[in-house]
Amino acid sequence: MKQNILRGRDIISMADFSKEDILYILRVADQVKKSNPNRLLSGCLMGSCFFEPSTRTRLSFEAAMKRLGGDVIGFADSSTTSAKKGETLYDSIKIIGQYVDIIVMRHPVDGSARRAAEATDTPIINAGDGSNQHPTQTLLDLYTIKESQKSIDGIHIALVGDLKYGRTAHSLAQALSHFNVRLYFIAPPSLQIPPHIANHVKAKQVKFSFHEKLDDVLPKLDILYMTRIQEERFSDSMEYNRVKDVFRLTLDQLGAVRPSMRILHPLPRVREIDPSIDATPHAYYFQQAQNGLLVRQAVLSLVLGKIE
Amino acid sequence: MPSKTLSVAAIKNGTVIDHIPQGTALRILALLNLTSYPKIATVGLNLPSQSMKRKDLIKLEDREITQEEASQIAVFAPKATMAIIRNYAVIKKIPLRIPDTVEHVFLCHNQNCVTNKDRMSSKFRIIQTGSSIHLECVYCERMYSQDQMKNYIHDV
Repeated sequence: MKQNILRGRDIISMADFSKEDILYILRVADQVKKSNPNRLLSGCLMGSCFFEPSTRTRLSFEAAMKRLGGDVIGFADSSTTSAKKGETLYDSIKIIGQYVDIIVMRHPVDGSARRAAEATDTPIINAGDGSNQHPTQTLLDLYTIKESQKSIDGIHIALVGDLKYGRTAHSLAQALSHFNVRLYFIAPPSLQIPPHIANHVKAKQVKFSFHEKLDDVLPKLDILYMTRIQEERFSDSMEYNRVKDVFRLTLDQLGAVRPSMRILHPLPRVREIDPSIDATPHAYYFQQAQNGLLVRQAVLSLVLGKIE
Repeated sequence: MPSKTLSVAAIKNGTVIDHIPQGTALRILALLNLTSYPKIATVGLNLPSQSMKRKDLIKLEDREITQEEASQIAVFAPKATMAIIRNYAVIKKIPLRIPDTVEHVFLCHNQNCVTNKDRMSSKFRIIQTGSSIHLECVYCERMYSQDQMKNYIHDV
């Protein structure tokens, strides 16, 4: 049996993970799915530190912990914490780290998760740091891609929408660059993938191209990864109104796609995917969200050293 | 007949930084926070060089560059040479090595980076690909070219 390489490790950025690490986590997620070990984390306490509001990710982590018999303390909003009184993140995390076995943290500032990890020996799981990283979202995306296509190697995948600010797109592009994939970045020019991510993908010799229209590449795809155009990222409402409906996927666009093509979305969706698509076999975003629970159960169990 | 010797005065004690890429000397002075150096600093720009065609040169009177400063200089001028001078003689050559990381020197350009929000040092990972050097913020993971790194912590 493989030794648990994640025991006690911080989960901060996909850049810290090798292809082997990723495949190991995905295998353990499969193991959790099959065995449903409901007392595995009994006696373990998770600190759920959400300095920025989140519904899905927070509930998913808390449910993952509780369904494995663990317990949770924490906060869902920084207005109730000492951060409001001017306490540094470093100090807050140093203290919280003394109370719990593992910390799951979301914070609006880029790089805050890495900083938090310096403050404590208690493992930190990054549940989103500003526009930087959201590694468990990426792991569940990869799990879902593998589940739906049987393999990650060899697939053609398009990342669509707000690729400039969307951290899920950044992390996923980085992680996919470990695999033999073909990437299509589809976005309005003002929201294209940042150069530092494109450079990373290029350095790994993964083929990629930039597009402004979805229809051009739809028939080539195995995975269509849609993301939300985030209104809060625009200082100019005219610019937002100009791009918000550019990448709206409707049923009539799916006529020429591969039968096995699956549509993913980190959710919440607003207007990007027409609800009439939900009933087609191409819609896979709800299974994807469900996989979030499994993957987070796997990550918590691995980091807490309760599973091999 | 005009002399072919360059008129850059010798220094008695201090540091000579030679073979600096053309156009980089002023940046190195800023990096070392020497733009208002109270003693003699001789700066040569666009000097002829056999190996580089054109080069910059810095001579600092009564200032000995440390190994840590030499590493920071190497980020901008990896092929520069550095010598410590005492009583007009070279007593030590400082080997230049591009460091793996640079701490507490540059400011991250990302205003939402934790290094610009919390009371803490910046830290950049140096990534060398062929002849190009990039700096990646260890925290927010933004990547910058050497030319983009113009804001120093000592200026704040």
